[in-house]
Amino acid sequence: MIWLDTLLQGVLLGGLYALFAAGLSLVFGVMRLVNLAHGDLIILAAYLILGVAAVLGVTPVVALLIAAPVMFVVGWLLQMQVFNRVLGDDILPPLLVTFGLSVVIQNALLEGFTANSQKLSLGPIETQSLHLGSVTVGVIPMMTLASAVAVIFLLNQLFYRTSLGRAFRATSDDVVTAQLMGIRPRRIFAMATGIAMVVATLAAFYLGARANFDPSIGPARLLYAFEAVIIGGLGSLWGTLAGGLVIGVAQAFGAAVNPEWQILSGHIAFVIVLLLKPRGFFPRATD
Amino acid sequence: MTRAAPIIEIARLTAHYGDFQALFGVDMRLGVGETIAIIGANGAGKTTLMRTIAGIVSASSGTIQLDGRPITALSAPEIVMAGVAMVPEGRKLFPSLSVEENLLIGAYARKAAGDWTLDAVYGLFPILRERRNSPGTALSGGQQQMVAIGRALMSNPRVLLCDEISLGLAPVVIRDIYAAVPKIKASGTSIVVVEQDVGQALQIADRVYCMMEGRVTLEGSPADLSRAAIHDAYFGVSA
Repeated sequence: MIWLDTLLQGVLLGGLYALFAAGLSLVFGVMRLVNLAHGDLIILAAYLILGVAAVLGVTPVVALLIAAPVMFVVGWLLQMQVFNRVLGDDILPPLLVTFGLSVVIQNALLEGFTANSQKLSLGPIETQSLHLGSVTVGVIPMMTLASAVAVIFLLNQLFYRTSLGRAFRATSDDVVTAQLMGIRPRRIFAMATGIAMVVATLAAFYLGARANFDPSIGPARLLYAFEAVIIGGLGSLWGTLAGGLVIGVAQAFGAAVNPEWQILSGHIAFVIVLLLKPRGFFPRATD
Repeated sequence: MTRAAPIIEIARLTAHYGDFQALFGVDMRLGVGETIAIIGANGAGKTTLMRTIAGIVSASSGTIQLDGRPITALSAPEIVMAGVAMVPEGRKLFPSLSVEENLLIGAYARKAAGDWTLDAVYGLFPILRERRNSPGTALSGGQQQMVAIGRALMSNPRVLLCDEISLGLAPVVIRDIYAAVPKIKASGTSIVVVEQDVGQALQIADRVYCMMEGRVTLEGSPADLSRAAIHDAYFGVSA
């Protein structure tokens, strides 16, 4: 029975990783940009929620609702003012710029909030759990997974049921021909990054509710997100959820065998999937 | 013959790809409701001219006016919104979109309702209704060309630029594609067709421009142009 419990905890943890990865997947799917600052932007959002809650004296949930549109604007401006200037045939400039942004965010947070660990306090719900037969699951982890599924579902609806989603896909397919449809790629990219930052803010909320965070942990979140995106298949949103679950389950089983093996197990699962399916589980046909 | 009021007027247009000059002082006009054909051999500058009108290639000098308003400096999306749509060479359908989605994306920038709706495009090319849920790129070449034309029409353009719409298609398919041109023209849309098939161009055009090496070498109505004059202008040598 302990294996069932381990599996369930892994799936729930995978929900958090899927949330980390969804924004990364969205941005990569639309503009082939690998945002190396994605993890740090999640941590920035966590500090924003923390700051809003502290300054306005509101709960983290209310702070999340305030921080999400702010992060949308941050994403929009980053794309319009920074990323769009370096997007092109050469993949190196965007990598360098987002790496630089990662360093800037980490150091700015360190300067502003020190290296002390922080946590979002949600009150009694943090320790509440539900008994499902013989296993017990935490309410917050369940909410995390449900949010991840909801986010992926909504992003899919956006992609495949709306005019904006068609513009996302058309721009991703052929940026020049998309302009002949009246689409402005720079704005489409900015919209995608803005939405990705809203998802990142939700990920930040659950990250802060489940564990401590400090300015230095962004790159590790990026790594988990990156692995989830690769495992799922570049640009596939449901694949990203599957990738997050694979990492989460692998980490949970690794930790069950030996707590020191938790992180390593996730990375090993990533390597195994890469060896067996180099393009991930659900690669886009046009990639 | 009275000249129709110009909807597109091009004066002394030049364009470059890096150091290579592709257009040399091109003058051209398209009347309201008129169909003109631009003919010429490979490398004559036809596609560059179309891409410059559409805003994909920047003009180095000269002017392009739409209804008397300069559009030379506008971006491609702004030119679409101003009323100029393009059917690009090679069709360029979006692989991740279905046939219907490819058509709908053509209406992305449309601000007001117009003649060209999904139903109108399906009326023009009925086969597309049957294939509307198929991936655009899964269709035959001729059907893909129909989608590309329908997609451009979905923006309800005042000017339709068609670049090599017969390229790589069987003669019977080309006939079907060109059968749509008079219907499009009847909706009030002015049309520019780039075509290497001179016979086809002469059949559908009110006026013909022949280009060679980035310059217009001949202009006139099909009835006024002799076969020898077209041959000379097309190849740059006397027949």
